[in-house]
Amino acid sequence: MLESMIKQFKEFLSNFIPTEAARLFAPLILVAIIFAICVMTGLALVKKKKIKKNTFAFYMFISPWLIGFLVFTVYPVIFSFIISFFKWDIVSPKQFVGLSNYIRAFSGEDKWFYKSLQVTIQYTIFSVPLQLALGFGIALLINRKMRGVKVFRTLFYIPTLVSGVALSALWLHMFNYNFGLLNKTLNLFGITSQKWLTDANLVIPSFVLMSLWGIGGNMVICLAGLQDIPQDINEAAAIDGAGIWQKFKNITVPIMSPIIFFNLINGVIGSFQTFTQSYIMTEGGPNGASMFYVLNLYNQAFSNFRMGYGSALAWILFAIILLFTCCIFKSSSMWVYYETEIGNTKIKKKKGGKAK
Amino acid sequence: MSDARKNVGKKSMKYKMLKGAVLIVLICLAIVFVFPFLWMVSTSLKSLNEFYKEGIHLFVKDVRFDNYVKALTILPFLTYLKNTLLTTLIPVTFTCISCSMVGYGFARVHAPGAKILFFVMLSTMMLPSQVTMIPNYILFKNLGWLDSLYPLIIPSMFSSPFYVFLARQFYMRMPSNLEDAAKIDGCGAFKTWFYVYFPLTKPILATIAIFTFIGCWNDFMGPLIYINSDKYKTLALGLRSFVTQYTTDTNLLMAASIVVIMPCILIFFFCQKYFIQGITFTGVK
Repeated sequence: MLESMIKQFKEFLSNFIPTEAARLFAPLILVAIIFAICVMTGLALVKKKKIKKNTFAFYMFISPWLIGFLVFTVYPVIFSFIISFFKWDIVSPKQFVGLSNYIRAFSGEDKWFYKSLQVTIQYTIFSVPLQLALGFGIALLINRKMRGVKVFRTLFYIPTLVSGVALSALWLHMFNYNFGLLNKTLNLFGITSQKWLTDANLVIPSFVLMSLWGIGGNMVICLAGLQDIPQDINEAAAIDGAGIWQKFKNITVPIMSPIIFFNLINGVIGSFQTFTQSYIMTEGGPNGASMFYVLNLYNQAFSNFRMGYGSALAWILFAIILLFTCCIFKSSSMWVYYETEIGNTKIKKKKGGKAK
Repeated sequence: MSDARKNVGKKSMKYKMLKGAVLIVLICLAIVFVFPFLWMVSTSLKSLNEFYKEGIHLFVKDVRFDNYVKALTILPFLTYLKNTLLTTLIPVTFTCISCSMVGYGFARVHAPGAKILFFVMLSTMMLPSQVTMIPNYILFKNLGWLDSLYPLIIPSMFSSPFYVFLARQFYMRMPSNLEDAAKIDGCGAFKTWFYVYFPLTKPILATIAIFTFIGCWNDFMGPLIYINSDKYKTLALGLRSFVTQYTTDTNLLMAASIVVIMPCILIFFFCQKYFIQGITFTGVK
């Protein structure tokens, strides 16, 4: 209904302004009109003292988010959920198929579903912990009273600035069989060249290796956390005769655990959505060995135009991500320590300002 | 007493050795990390002949700056650049304003429903963009916005939850007597925000602007889905056509890649403070 309204309005507008502009402005003007009506009613209600002035001000302040949220989140989420029960290629009319989109995925009718899930989980299991460990490790090494901390921080952070398509382009070159830097380095040590991206067994490790190049963000976060650890705790432990390992195990790790936890969750969510690398570098090959979940979703929706099935896949992805994050959250009580548990007032004070 | 001192001396000797070892490890690691980047720069300056040589040569004998000229003229990079600037700078401007406005609302104006809405906003951060991708595509198709820059510009003008969260945290920490002073001077809620608080939020605005810029600049999935014709392609899409069309001209490809990532690197070096602040804020919140 709304769509036909917009269409009519667009035709109406194009009598006055060029069609190109009408295409842009028709929806915007409609939204503006609806917004204006809401504001008017709000103002009227304020005058009649039905709602407080502050309430009105609040909703005015958050209106940019609220509009965006309704148009680009609520509406799509509902729509996506509904069409996941339909068969639809955009051109022909929608056809209700019940659960068969979901059955199609789980029954193995889509031959890539389980494969893509396996590839994505494999990648996540290897890349995320390695990224965390390496990021934390380097942060530990850098976190010393020495000159050049900032220089090292910059050096390790620079690679993360190469991202998206440029990152894929660079690593395509790095992994190149004949002229790639990796094979050249291997040859230097007398090891034969590897087929990296075209070897079904090596393609996921290659992507993991590539992801390790971008640990700069992780490292910077860990470093900031480490620098926040109050020195007196370490000193007190040293006076009590704790060695480096004991201090690390009993002070550094517990204090850092919320940060590691946050990085872990972020890493898992991000890694489940891996797309650009596989799309550009391997297109899912060889033989689907790097068919990531989102790549399969993209292919289904935008190459085969299975909008309903694509939406179903998106919801399954959401469920899987939720499942994984819930598991991590559940496990967190075993290994994540929050300030209050340590009972050190100084940390509480320091972090209190930043906490939600 | 002297015994203890001896102990300390011994310890510091060991400590120095350890420190040296760590420094060496760090330097080696740093070289490993930066090398691909340097390799990229060096490849972009090589002629194809030099590129095909065996062995690792980081230093280029015959520097070819015209690789950059070639890389930028093979494809209509200026058009791509114009489109990317449009799809980056407009969202950056509007995101800064809207996020700080919404953040202020959540932090400083009390109203029924505020807490629930804030929780709803935070929980939308969990939603993977793939869920809304297909409906948004259909929405823009129905609006007739496909194959134009609008789908890349308009949605990102509204605030994004994470940056609203950052802005809110920032406003929460500001003194509230500013607000009282503004009220006494006769400012309404909006004026209080715009004239008193907004100018004070430059640090967090810088962080939001930088991260929005980098996000929009590198966005690939959006342009890939919404844009077909060459005249609306962004740099990310252009670089992708480069990858598929000129597979053998690696030196040109590297030159084009460097041009594409250059703005991000420049921003990093000029605004390192805000950059690091933003990253740490995300992690340590």
